[in-house]
Amino acid sequence: MIALLLRDLRLATRAGGGFGLSLTFFLILVTLVPFGVGPEGGRLATIAPGILWVGALLASLLSLDRLFALDHEDGTLEQLATAPLPLEAVVAMKAIAHWLTTGLPLALIAPLLGVLLHLPGAAMPWLALSLALGTPALSMIGAFGAGLTVGLKRGGLLLSLLVLPLYVPTLIFGAEVARRGAEGAATGTPMAFLGAITLGTLALLPYATAAAIRVNLR
Amino acid sequence: MSIWEYANPKKFMQTSGALLPWAVGLSVLTLTAGLIWGFFFTPDDYKQGSTVKIIYIHVPSALMAINAWGMMLVTSLIWLIRRHHVSVLAAKAAAPVGMVMTLIALFTGAIWGQPMWGSWWEWDPRLTSFLILFLFYLGYLALWSAIENPDAAADLTSVLCIVGSVFAFLSRYAVLFWNQGLHQGASLSLDREEHVADVFAWPLWTSIAGFVLLFVTLVLIGTRTEIRARRMQALLAREKLA
Repeated sequence: MIALLLRDLRLATRAGGGFGLSLTFFLILVTLVPFGVGPEGGRLATIAPGILWVGALLASLLSLDRLFALDHEDGTLEQLATAPLPLEAVVAMKAIAHWLTTGLPLALIAPLLGVLLHLPGAAMPWLALSLALGTPALSMIGAFGAGLTVGLKRGGLLLSLLVLPLYVPTLIFGAEVARRGAEGAATGTPMAFLGAITLGTLALLPYATAAAIRVNLR
Repeated sequence: MSIWEYANPKKFMQTSGALLPWAVGLSVLTLTAGLIWGFFFTPDDYKQGSTVKIIYIHVPSALMAINAWGMMLVTSLIWLIRRHHVSVLAAKAAAPVGMVMTLIALFTGAIWGQPMWGSWWEWDPRLTSFLILFLFYLGYLALWSAIENPDAAADLTSVLCIVGSVFAFLSRYAVLFWNQGLHQGASLSLDREEHVADVFAWPLWTSIAGFVLLFVTLVLIGTRTEIRARRMQALLAREKLA
């Protein structure tokens, strides 16, 4: 399992792996928002938690269609499916690798981009924490969508149609943590829900994803 | 005699063919009765005026929008567990009907909301949940049309339906957390004291019955069409081989 994780990490970080692409996308999105809504600091500060969360969600969506597609094309996925390691574990490892290369860097860079949007300093740790806690769920849900569409020629657009509605609960609780953090309110409740969603998806969705991949490999 | 006999497409076609004229007739009858009764023979509400009459379309369609997804969940599970083709074809036939019901509920709600709340759309939990439900229907139908192999499409959409149900449920309660509601509570209930007045309730029940029958009729027609399409494909494949 560790070997598979390291392999995926290496593939993602080397040239052509797309690492950094989602970070760049995140940066560009945050740059574009003030052009759309105007540069006043007060207005930007109120929408910053939401913008950063939606941006993180879209950025993690970007690299999803590569999650299984490349391995499907060159036959690696078949090899993995017949390997002694259960396919569920393979799926979970791939989702974790995806999180380590997109979600975690996004969580780390988000406070920096928050400065660009006049996010109050008190909200910074909450934003980073909520992203770090919530993005694993985004990666796992995304892996489910990628597993459903892995056999399709033009799965990319369909993938976003399938995955984005599934992101709703994560987004609600994640953005709520950041918003309450910015207002100095208690963040315990949405934080607990966010953690529950992440743990629940990590525990259950690998089975659904592996089932979908088995159908697509038939 | 068990319900699983209808997993046989031939048996299903015979029975549904016999039932269909009755279903069509009854749904036309109850729908017309319920709507005409509701629209022309009930008094205006003292506060809402005649806009209250949209309830005879809004409530039944919203009810069916949710129940259609519930039916798809059950039939998808039956397909995954017992591999009955009729079951998953019924789920496929129910999806567009449920999607249109969701749209009707959203639009009639907007038409009512404009004079009553002063706004076509509010980010109220119920409204938001329905919009999300609509997106789930769209995704489900898009996945059906994207996959060529019918069995793979049936399996994948069924898995999506199950996972989607969990997330739809989760979203329903997550949006309650996110924003407080403007929408009123349930108008009808079987056990509570608080209730819409009988003069409105009876035509409402009639038109709910009409919508249920309409749904059954449309799903039967859709399933029969899907079964015929499968038979055509099988015939064409056989001819190709011969």
